Amino acid sequence: MRHLINITDFSVDEINELIDIANDIIDNPKDYMDICHGKILATLFFEPSTRTRLSFTSAMMSLGGQVLGFAEAASSSAAKGESVSDTVRTVGCYSDIIAMRHPKEGAPLIASERTTVPIINAGDGGHFHPTQTLTDLLTISREKGRLDNMTIGLCGDLCFGRTVHSLIEAMLRYDNIKFVLISPHELRLPKYMRETIEAAGAQWKEVERMEDVMEELDILYMTRVQRERFFNEEDYVRLKDTYILDLDKLEKAKEDLAILHPLPRVNEIAVEVDDDPRAKYFDQVLCGRYIRMALILRLLGIK
Amino acid sequence: MNVDGVSTGIVLDHIQAGKSMQIYQLLHLDELDCSVAIIQNATSTKYGKKDIIKIDDRIELDMDVLGYIDPNITVNLVRDGKLEVKTHLELPQKLENVLECKNPRCITSVEQGAVQRFYLADKEKKIYRCSYCDVEHENRD
Repeated sequence: MRHLINITDFSVDEINELIDIANDIIDNPKDYMDICHGKILATLFFEPSTRTRLSFTSAMMSLGGQVLGFAEAASSSAAKGESVSDTVRTVGCYSDIIAMRHPKEGAPLIASERTTVPIINAGDGGHFHPTQTLTDLLTISREKGRLDNMTIGLCGDLCFGRTVHSLIEAMLRYDNIKFVLISPHELRLPKYMRETIEAAGAQWKEVERMEDVMEELDILYMTRVQRERFFNEEDYVRLKDTYILDLDKLEKAKEDLAILHPLPRVNEIAVEVDDDPRAKYFDQVLCGRYIRMALILRLLGIK
Repeated sequence: MNVDGVSTGIVLDHIQAGKSMQIYQLLHLDELDCSVAIIQNATSTKYGKKDIIKIDDRIELDMDVLGYIDPNITVNLVRDGKLEVKTHLELPQKLENVLECKNPRCITSVEQGAVQRFYLADKEKKIYRCSYCDVEHENRD
């Protein structure tokens, strides 16, 4: 039985297959309307995440399946002190597949060792969030028609952003990817991740201003720079506008640049950018639904 | 110093000087009924000093624990006073219930009955990471 705990659990070929299934769903939605009839997805969200939970719910409902679960730990038996193992063994009796978010790192892995149904990691603390990465890969593949030979700018909080780390890990498996890391020094990519890029032999560079590299980029992946990540207010005030994307900063960007963001956004992308054809972050949300549909089908052994 | 030779049993040789007591405890050698000899700071041509443990019985040994503590140890199985098998250890790829994850955000910090699993992330630097949270184990040797 397969689970998805980390993006690297799936080979490049398997990810390409998922992308093919997702594209087929997009082209032929009627073929998939009832394909999961009689199947139940359990969404176990031990910490709240409306966006991801709704994406999974929408995905299963679009496949004709049904969904049960809880949206926060307070309304689950975890509040009474039940272990993750016991919860998933129980819920495995009520459902065919489980999507799980938990504040503790490694909780979905423990769950996968104790249950009889496939587990999807829907986020475990600051550790992994593989379905976001699958979402990013489907979006990039649809926008560019490929997943190799491109320059990806990653901007904002590269230190604590798990989506950034997972995306780098995933993209390192494709040929000729160049990473441009755009962040304040305080929030630069951790050393072990820089070493990972180096070990994989990919090209990379670090800059502090996105304007300096905008014209090189095929993808610009934005993340939020949070005030609480800075040691002092002065640095935050000095740098915060540097990482807000607006139309001025996009002036030199390529016409086919794709701007992505895992969302939710606060103010790091000015609203004026939303109408620019290069803004793809809401298409990305839609891709999230389709790739989760593909993933459910694959893990249930239907596709 | 004279210590009786092992007739049928195990000799753990080339233990890094000072580590024999750690091995004694982790392998629960105190629970054995047979003779166990710990020799500390014996002369070693290769390392200068070494520790040796002699166990006068053929017990099941956790080679992963031994390999983790010191991959340079040699395990000699002796039968009727003769060396039967000599095994050279190496760092184990995986460890179960040998190390404990200290990351408070890791599920193993709260989950009842969780097995503490670690994997070898860097052989050169002897870095082990928790299989659940991937946080590096801090070696306090």
